[in-house]
Amino acid sequence: MDWLNAIVQGTLLGGLYALFAAGLSLIFGVMRLVNIAHGDLIVLAAYLGLTVTTATGIHPLLAIVVVVPVMAAIGYVLQRGLLNQTLGDDLLPPLLVTFGLSVIIQNALLEGYTADPQKLAAGNLETASFAFGGLTLGVLPVLTFSFAIAVIWGLQWIFYCTALGRAFRAVSDNQDIAQLMGLNRRHIFGLAMALALAVTAIAGILLGIRTSFDPSGGGGRLIFGFEAVIIGGLGNLWGTLAGGVILGVAQTVGAKIDPGWQILSGHIAFLLILAVRPNGLFPRISA
Amino acid sequence: MPDPILKISGLNAHYGDFQALFGVDMQVDAGEVLAIIGANGAGKTTLMRSITGLLTNGPDQIMHKGTDIGRLRADEVALRGIAMVPEGRQLFPSLSVKENLMIGAQVLRPGPWNLKAVYQLFPILEERKDQQSTSLSGGQQQMVAIGRALMSNPELILFDEISLGLAPVIIRDIYRALPGIIGNGMSAIIVEQDISKALSVSSRVYCLQEGRVSLEDRSDTVAREDISRAYFGIE
Ligand SMILES: Nc1ncnc2c1ncn2[C@@H]1O[C@H](COP(=O)(O)OP(=O)(O)OP(=O)(O)O)[C@@H](O)[C@H]1O
Ligand SMILES: [Mg+2]
Repeated sequence: MDWLNAIVQGTLLGGLYALFAAGLSLIFGVMRLVNIAHGDLIVLAAYLGLTVTTATGIHPLLAIVVVVPVMAAIGYVLQRGLLNQTLGDDLLPPLLVTFGLSVIIQNALLEGYTADPQKLAAGNLETASFAFGGLTLGVLPVLTFSFAIAVIWGLQWIFYCTALGRAFRAVSDNQDIAQLMGLNRRHIFGLAMALALAVTAIAGILLGIRTSFDPSGGGGRLIFGFEAVIIGGLGNLWGTLAGGVILGVAQTVGAKIDPGWQILSGHIAFLLILAVRPNGLFPRISA
Repeated sequence: MPDPILKISGLNAHYGDFQALFGVDMQVDAGEVLAIIGANGAGKTTLMRSITGLLTNGPDQIMHKGTDIGRLRADEVALRGIAMVPEGRQLFPSLSVKENLMIGAQVLRPGPWNLKAVYQLFPILEERKDQQSTSLSGGQQQMVAIGRALMSNPELILFDEISLGLAPVIIRDIYRALPGIIGNGMSAIIVEQDISKALSVSSRVYCLQEGRVSLEDRSDTVAREDISRAYFGIE
């Protein structure tokens, strides 16, 4: 039962990792951009949630309604104002620029909110749990996992059932020809980043309710997000969810063996899968 | 006299240090079908890329109905009613046949062409509409590429080597369909290696040779020896 418990808890934790990863997966899929600042943007979203909840007194979950559009707007402006200029045949400029962005965000957060760890106060939700089939499940992890499924499902729907998704896929396939069809790739990329950061907003707030965060916490989230994307296979959103779950389960099972092994066993699982399946488990696009 | 659909004057084009076009002059009037012929590497595709905005041009080198479009982005040129069937078809592999066609309608120009009209022109595409575009045969892919360009209801449509890599019967079918496509007052530029095919559907012909216009003539009266001279540059 202990092992089953570890696996179930790990699966639920995987939902959070999938939320970290979904935005990364999306922007890599659409514009082959690897965003080093992604983790810091998650932390930024958590801080925005903090500001909204302390200023208005509303519940952090409700703050999502405010933080999602704000992050989406930041995403669009960031893409059109800065990141579009770095895109081209060379992969290095976007890496360097988003690395710089990561440093800037961390320092700005440090300046604005100090280095003290913060948490989003969510009252009962933080500790509430229920019994299910002999296991005790936290309401928050279950909620987070539901959010992850809803987000991935929603992204999948946008990608495959809407004109915007068609534009995403067309631009991803061939930027020049998409441009010939009247699609301005700079605008499409802006919309993709807006969507990615909207997801980041949800991830940041759920993170902030779950654990405390500080300005330097972005790197760890970036790594988990990356690992989930790579395990699942590039360009496959459901694969990203599977990647998050595998990572989460590896961590909780590792922690079960020895509490010190939690993070390490996640990385080991990642490396093992990479060694066996270099393109991830369910790749859609070749790297 | 109204401004021509397209007036190209002194057009130069470069890839880095390499110059691919040298002072090309060309004109397309409303409803006119132009053929462009030339050997491999003569600069035909480069000319198409310049017109459609995939390459940026100098000031006043490309005028569309009296407006300089040489510095517009490709999507802005598309909105003005210039569409291209690119060399090698270049369909979107992640999109189904139907989605490839629908993306052509993205510019939202009104006109006779829509999914129904394209399916009427190429019935096989309706049967295959939910398939991945790359799973079609070469000829069917070319139909999708043509349909995709038509979906934008262009005033001027550019065909870059539509017969490249296709079987002779397929080429014949596609050329049979052409008059129905460009008969409705649409202007067209047809880039083709197959000279007799190009001459048969056009009213005027230009030949490019190493980035320069080496011949400009009427398609029905042009002399074969003039063409070979312009094409190969031999006397
Ligand atoms: N992306 C590029 N970078 C550098 N040079 C290029 C590029 N594209 C074409 N060229 C060069 O420009 C010249 C004209 O090429 P272009 O593709 O326009 O010829 P073309 O007439 O369309 O030939 P083909 O019949 O083979 O399609 C050629 O010498 C070619 O090598
Ligand atoms: Mg060519």
